[in-house]
Amino acid sequence: MTFDMNRAHYLLARAKRLGATSADLLFAEGEAFTASVRLGQVEKIKDAREKVVGMRIFVGRRQAMSATSDLADASLDGLVEDTLAMARVTADDPDAGLPEREEFRLDLPDLGLWEPEPVDLTLDRRIDLARETEAAALSSDARLTNSDGAEFGSSSSRILFANSHGFRGEYAGATYGLSVVPIAAENGSMQRDHWYSVKRRFALLDSPESIGKEAARRTLRRLGARRVKTQRVPVVFDPEVSAGLIGQLAGAVSGYAIYKGASFLVNRLGEAIAAPGVTIIDDGTIPAGLGSKPFDGEGLPTRRTVVVENGVLKSYLLDTYSARKLSLRSTGNATRGPADAPTVSPTNFYLEAGAVSPEEIVREIPDGFYVTELIGFGVNLVNGDYSRGAVGLWISGGELAYPVEEVTIAGNLKEMLGSITRIGNDLVFRGRIAAPTIRIDGLTVAGA
Amino acid sequence: MSALSEPSDDFFASRYALSGTDLDRVLTRVLGRSVDYADLYFEYTESESASLEESMVKRAGRSVSQGVGVRATAGEKTGYAYSDDITLERLADAATAARAIAEGTGSVVPARVGSPRPPARNLYPVERYAGEIPLSEKIDLLAEVDRIARAVDPRIRNVIASFSCSKKRFLVVTSEGVIVEDTQPLVRLNVACIAEDGGNRQSGSYGGGGRAGLDFVLGDRLFEFYAREAARQAILNLSAVDAPAGAMDVVLGPGWPGILLHEAVGHGLEGDFNRKGTSAFSGRLGQKVASDLCTVVDDGTIPGRRGSINVDDEGTPSSRTVLIEKGILRAYLQDRLNARLMKMPLTGNGRRESYGHHPMPRMTNTFMLAGGDDPEEIIRSVGRGLYAVAFGGGQVDITNGKFVFSASEAYMIENGRVTAPVKGATLIGNGPDVLTRVSRVGNDLKLDAGIGTCGKDGQSVPVGVGLPTIRIDGMTVGGTRP
Repeated sequence: MTFDMNRAHYLLARAKRLGATSADLLFAEGEAFTASVRLGQVEKIKDAREKVVGMRIFVGRRQAMSATSDLADASLDGLVEDTLAMARVTADDPDAGLPEREEFRLDLPDLGLWEPEPVDLTLDRRIDLARETEAAALSSDARLTNSDGAEFGSSSSRILFANSHGFRGEYAGATYGLSVVPIAAENGSMQRDHWYSVKRRFALLDSPESIGKEAARRTLRRLGARRVKTQRVPVVFDPEVSAGLIGQLAGAVSGYAIYKGASFLVNRLGEAIAAPGVTIIDDGTIPAGLGSKPFDGEGLPTRRTVVVENGVLKSYLLDTYSARKLSLRSTGNATRGPADAPTVSPTNFYLEAGAVSPEEIVREIPDGFYVTELIGFGVNLVNGDYSRGAVGLWISGGELAYPVEEVTIAGNLKEMLGSITRIGNDLVFRGRIAAPTIRIDGLTVAGA
Repeated sequence: MSALSEPSDDFFASRYALSGTDLDRVLTRVLGRSVDYADLYFEYTESESASLEESMVKRAGRSVSQGVGVRATAGEKTGYAYSDDITLERLADAATAARAIAEGTGSVVPARVGSPRPPARNLYPVERYAGEIPLSEKIDLLAEVDRIARAVDPRIRNVIASFSCSKKRFLVVTSEGVIVEDTQPLVRLNVACIAEDGGNRQSGSYGGGGRAGLDFVLGDRLFEFYAREAARQAILNLSAVDAPAGAMDVVLGPGWPGILLHEAVGHGLEGDFNRKGTSAFSGRLGQKVASDLCTVVDDGTIPGRRGSINVDDEGTPSSRTVLIEKGILRAYLQDRLNARLMKMPLTGNGRRESYGHHPMPRMTNTFMLAGGDDPEEIIRSVGRGLYAVAFGGGQVDITNGKFVFSASEAYMIENGRVTAPVKGATLIGNGPDVLTRVSRVGNDLKLDAGIGTCGKDGQSVPVGVGLPTIRIDGMTVGGTRP
């Protein structure tokens, strides 16, 4: 059963007729195909097709949401009635409601989220891509004896959005991904790591050879890892780990965390929250960006927002509701699951590159810890406490000396952001959140 | 036991007008080449949620998710296709896609598809599903939770409470003749409090639930306990000091700290990792992996628990599996594919998040059996250490065995006495090693309150954990104070 703008308008009109003050509607459909290979053999083929309609209905300033993947007429008609019934009993919330009519734009930019020419990939070609990537990894070294597999995936999605203010918008996007997880063994112990490439155009994917070789390099350097004693030393985050830290900061500047008092950055707008040189941008309009989209989860245009400029907190990430709570304007960062009210998420969110090379950052450190992976959930955005399991390489005399594991790094985000003393020149967008290599001083490494 | 079961109402057959003959045809289509097993998984899940903050229930929502997954396996290969259109046409497409993994020719004839049977027992009989109770009653419940939490202390600045429930119906039809329908209820109430004192801002949370109706949180006024606990923890954290850093003796309190078992050993004992030889526990059956005091089980058969299931998502009845017996590794958790390839018995752990996912070996309720020690005496036995009673999430690297989990309520132990509360403590250890350091096991086994969700390979499933008070010698505490 298909869904189009006519059915969207019918449902919005039906909601109004039955008593809704206003409403919006989201239709999302997607297809995804993945081919996985392990030790040269096909392991899994997955073919997915999904679609869902989500509605949000306001009765006065009361709201309720609902969603269904059953697109039969009777089911969608019932959806409107059920949602209205729920919206009549939720709280009368003075800040609830659609964005103002004049905030919408109907001339939406083409952000290049879709392949300009159709790419026809046979099943065999997909399998071969995964197979070549794994082979490139495992052939690098005799110690690479096992694998958790390689995977090639492609997906496409289409979003249709409309509301009772008359906004309507549609966009489609594609992604392609290639990844591998090699496993190395030596002296009875095993290590794994991975590498990947994700792009909106098939032709832009890194080659199987380069992905496999990088995965092998990252895995092999972990062999023979040991613990270190508990101490305070300078810590360097590789770009993957830096991006994780910047992603957590995105949570702390979400308008929802701020107005609920659930962030260590409450009431800090306009103040220095990070070291000079730290500039963080959210930009939903980067052509072919993995986090790009022409409009957000409420239909408002996405934009470029300077969140932190030279260490000073310039903006939170906001949707209409959280902006109203804080007497601010939406930054076009609404995101929305079909059955949920909007909340905030970053689009393409990144730490601007600095001037030093990652090699120079390491070379300056007599004794320190170069972190390549963090695990666990030890990040508390309410008070800033930060304590996570870490894996990486010990820095000795300005060189990466030996692998380290089973240690934690701990500090508090308030101090950590102010102690970013070096920012690398190696910013590369590998996902929607990106950062270059950084050095942070003052963290405690806990080990033996 | 079977007296408790609801008779099957052929929900899927009547809703989607699919006959046993239709399903036979689809399975035959999947099995047409050298596929050795196939199954169909139909699902219809209704969910509802409502959330409160700033003393207002601002959001309520409901959703319906329906679809069908078609799986074919051939040796170690799996083909999986799914769609949210449940029609014969899409089933045929999906069958063609799923069998694309098989090469060559050959054929297995599927067992005939009969009428769906309910599971042989019902671990979660519900008189009235939570979703059938008017939303206004859940809104009143959340409002009361808010009042109770705020009344604990004026420094409670915000209360964020949410109620969610779901009713998942599924039908599994396999080429081996298994055809089972089950209905799994789930409710959960969560309370988070933000406390503020001057510039000091801290949080606390508590919650619980199970495979039950709304009565679960109303009975014994459990919701009141959740609200008070969340507020108490937030206020406690206002006076908490930074966590210590380094190796020390750790005492884990009973219940939710059982997340240690889930991360440190549970994942490493899942059949898929062990078949592939990618787990730190691979090839170690029969070996000593824990101290004599440790017996660890996974039990999907406990009535009403969040992690319990009548049958797994491949139609295999759930069971109680002794993973570690007095320190010796005894078994792995299996789904159908891995049990067959490893020539090991099925354990009823083949679970999937939804029709959009293939089954994998997953935990149900994982816990350590009680020992003989008095919990107070266990604390007294420690000179300097950490006493951790509540945790946030945890994570493990299956291959090297390293795991972490983060305490949300913990205290220092000094000279055998519990002293200052500490915040921000993450514990890190090595799975195959940590249980060998268990030197005391309390007589106070407790299961968690019903809040666990386990993530693996992008799939989330509800689970439970449990633990008596235990002492672990020399574990690394990842705080900031060296």
